[in-house]
Amino acid sequence: MDTILSIKNLDKKFGKVHAVKNLSFDIEKGNVYGILGPNGSGKSTTLGIILNVVNKTSGEFTWFNGTMSTHEALKKVGAIIERPNFYPYMTAVQNLQLICKIKGVPYDNIDEKLKVVNLFERKDSKFKTYSLGMKQRLAIASALLNDPEILILDEPTNGLDPQGIHEIRQIIKKIAKNGTTILLASHLLDEVEKVCSHVVVIRKGEKLYSGRVENMIASNGIVEVKTEGNEEALVNALKNYYDIAAVNIEDGFVIARLENETSAAKINSYLFEQGIVVSHLVKRKPSLEEQFLNLTNY
Amino acid sequence: MLRLLQIEFHKLFHNRASRVLSIIYFGLLTSIALIAVIRFPFGNRMALADLGIFNFPYIWHFNTYVAAILKFFLLLVIVSMMANEYSYKTLKQNLIDGLSKKEFILSKFYTVLVFAFTSTVFVFIISLILGLIYSDFNELSIIFSDLEYLLAFFIKLVGFFSFGLFLGILIKRSAFAVGAMLTWYIGEWIIYGLLGWKVTSWQTAQTIKNLLPLEAMQNLIVEPGTRLGAVKTIANQITEFSKDYSVHFTDIIIVLIWTAIFIYSSYVLLKKRDL
Repeated sequence: MDTILSIKNLDKKFGKVHAVKNLSFDIEKGNVYGILGPNGSGKSTTLGIILNVVNKTSGEFTWFNGTMSTHEALKKVGAIIERPNFYPYMTAVQNLQLICKIKGVPYDNIDEKLKVVNLFERKDSKFKTYSLGMKQRLAIASALLNDPEILILDEPTNGLDPQGIHEIRQIIKKIAKNGTTILLASHLLDEVEKVCSHVVVIRKGEKLYSGRVENMIASNGIVEVKTEGNEEALVNALKNYYDIAAVNIEDGFVIARLENETSAAKINSYLFEQGIVVSHLVKRKPSLEEQFLNLTNY
Repeated sequence: MLRLLQIEFHKLFHNRASRVLSIIYFGLLTSIALIAVIRFPFGNRMALADLGIFNFPYIWHFNTYVAAILKFFLLLVIVSMMANEYSYKTLKQNLIDGLSKKEFILSKFYTVLVFAFTSTVFVFIISLILGLIYSDFNELSIIFSDLEYLLAFFIKLVGFFSFGLFLGILIKRSAFAVGAMLTWYIGEWIIYGLLGWKVTSWQTAQTIKNLLPLEAMQNLIVEPGTRLGAVKTIANQITEFSKDYSVHFTDIIIVLIWTAIFIYSSYVLLKKRDL
């Protein structure tokens, strides 16, 4: 596999604030990565560092196996960060022409990419007349201009209305289908769950998990139980069951996390032996959201 | 280099304010020629041109001095082209798109060089034409003497605009950056005043002041007004003049050193900052 980006022991301090702590991960060609973390967890700082706009405190990162300098590498990268930044007095086309000049690519792609993001009709309007959704779509067009090896998106749907969010996600999916490597930073789980194959979870600048999305979700599952009878007895009985790691009550359901693989039938017969009749018993995989809260609430 | 210039001029060309200011600037440069038609409303309506201000080689001195006053128009363009990158946050975007911080500073500096060079060529051509029309002396050796004023003019503009560039990066707001330059100018006078008053002799204070950027730029081309009489005396081939109007090599060096300091500091500042 080709490694596009490799981060090793990256550290960043803003004065007393330790924004990124000893972060390491690799980005391989062809995958769609999500960086997941709550607001202020260091996602944007990490992206800022690899994109040459934030200075690292210590550690290393290399693009394309260290074969080129960062700014040369960035010409093969498409990136949008936080808010779309363009020259307000220029039209969409003029802005894109400027980016072509910076990246050293011909103007040929401009019309095509504007069509991809549905901005072709407005291509000669000044940037300052655009709505937020249109600005964000122009940013995506600009990131695609050079047919990048990797597309980096930082909170691409932040601040958009549902329609805008939907449009952006459709565009991202379309790009991912073409085999472009994507690195998507987000605090929205379903966004990552829907789009990404791999995920890096960070909290307070520390890496909590990195690997495939399925593996993160795949624990031994959880069991949801409800009884019409004595709930306290049910909780105690479940806590005593040897395959169960933890028991919580959520929304009227008793939720048990499984330590080992076991079947719902076994739990049901065990509870019946204890004299508890259940009205509801479901075994399922936890959602990414539960997994995420689990990881970040340590 | 060409790529960096193209990038910068793309940004400038599509900006109406920059375009208008540049056009005004070069328009005013050209209009120096209009001085020729100024006539005093007394006596036999003597034209200013008849005073000998367009005589070679004096015209090089006079025109570069007058043209240098107009540099403030371009200063606005240059400071805002820097400060805008911060306020639009496009600096960040430029870097992400693959411009290095060094290239970014160089693209601005090259633009400064182009502006200064174009101004110099403008002044050269206009002065040459005016001189050929009005000058009393038309021998080639006289026409092309004292051309060091053009060099001084070029250096002066480069130094001045580099200062503007640096303040633009340092302060990130056009209006405040221009204000800072004014403050700096007053600061040079205060340093001079304090030194001369309390610390050293006035003469030493002046020597130190000569080392400061704005003063050094001013010294490059000394005011030509009082020389006009001297030119006449030269014309009559009588006495040598008392004031030194020539371009000093040391002043050129001082301004060049300041230019280097400003550009390099801009780079260091940009490199150290988290955007």
